Amino acid sequence: MAKHGTARDDRRPVGDLRTVRGKSDGSAAAGARADALDRLIHERLRLGIVSALAVNDALSFSDLKKLMKTTDGNLSVHARKLEEAEYITCTKSFEGRMPKTEYRLTAVGRRALERYLDHMEALIRATRER
Amino acid sequence: MASVTPLHRAPAPEPPALHARAMDNLRFIRDTMEAAGAFTAVSGWGMVAVGIIATVAATVASAQHSVLRAIYVWIVAAILAPCVSLWAIVRKARRANVPLLSGPGRKFLLSFSPPMLVGALLTVVLYRAGVVEAIPGMWLLLYGTAVVAGGAFSVRIVPVMGICFMLAGTLALFTPATWNDWIMGAAFGGLHIAFGIPIARRHGG
Repeated sequence: MAKHGTARDDRRPVGDLRTVRGKSDGSAAAGARADALDRLIHERLRLGIVSALAVNDALSFSDLKKLMKTTDGNLSVHARKLEEAEYITCTKSFEGRMPKTEYRLTAVGRRALERYLDHMEALIRATRER
Repeated sequence: MASVTPLHRAPAPEPPALHARAMDNLRFIRDTMEAAGAFTAVSGWGMVAVGIIATVAATVASAQHSVLRAIYVWIVAAILAPCVSLWAIVRKARRANVPLLSGPGRKFLLSFSPPMLVGALLTVVLYRAGVVEAIPGMWLLLYGTAVVAGGAFSVRIVPVMGICFMLAGTLALFTPATWNDWIMGAAFGGLHIAFGIPIARRHGG
């Protein structure tokens, strides 16, 4: 978890998996599953945010930043994308005089993570059965 | 004229197979969940409940006329408190949809249990040797050791609480036996409540 892609990464198609498909696997089933991958959640930092929130009621911005070992800017851009997709919710409040930003995973986000996990497991099964 | 040797370009490394990437992604998700799980491993409200039990035990134990009878009161509390704490941990894990014995939960248990088992064994040894006055200090020291060891896989506040218990244990070992119930009440009661409330508020219950 040392480095994460920048916010620009999601402009690319989910090419990593598609490119590899033709070269090394050639499995039509696995390829079809790769095509169905959720682009939004596939990016490492966003996947990390969703995974961390899946095991916590809520996490603050600073908790997530420490956990993901990333910068303020990078985290806020990726969190915003998840928020726009309604995968997470963001609440801003004050603790004393200090502003506090808290993130929670929505039901939509939890389903997206479950779907993503299913896809990964199906990919592994498909290539093993080949 | 020197002969020209054609340069052979090294073949480009094969990109990792699709299933290897999928497995890497699953590993990343699991590792992130385990690391984030440290935020939820210990139940703050469970600790508050244990603190209340310990406060009641300290009050009852201090009214006893012998150290041995006070020890019996603490043994009853020592049986009841882990049951309440375990119930609170299970409830919190279920609510957060986290498997109880995976990742930090398992590590916490593996680190927390040995000093507790040693404590139970030494209780029998000290009781048989007639050195019951040393039992409260030993309990506090070993409980503190267990919390520090288990807390290494949890939020930072947990090992800090363990160190406070170890200090209380040291105090109990070097002060008159009549102080033991108060030190035990302040530590098992006060520290659990004082640390349990912020854990419950900041770390999901």
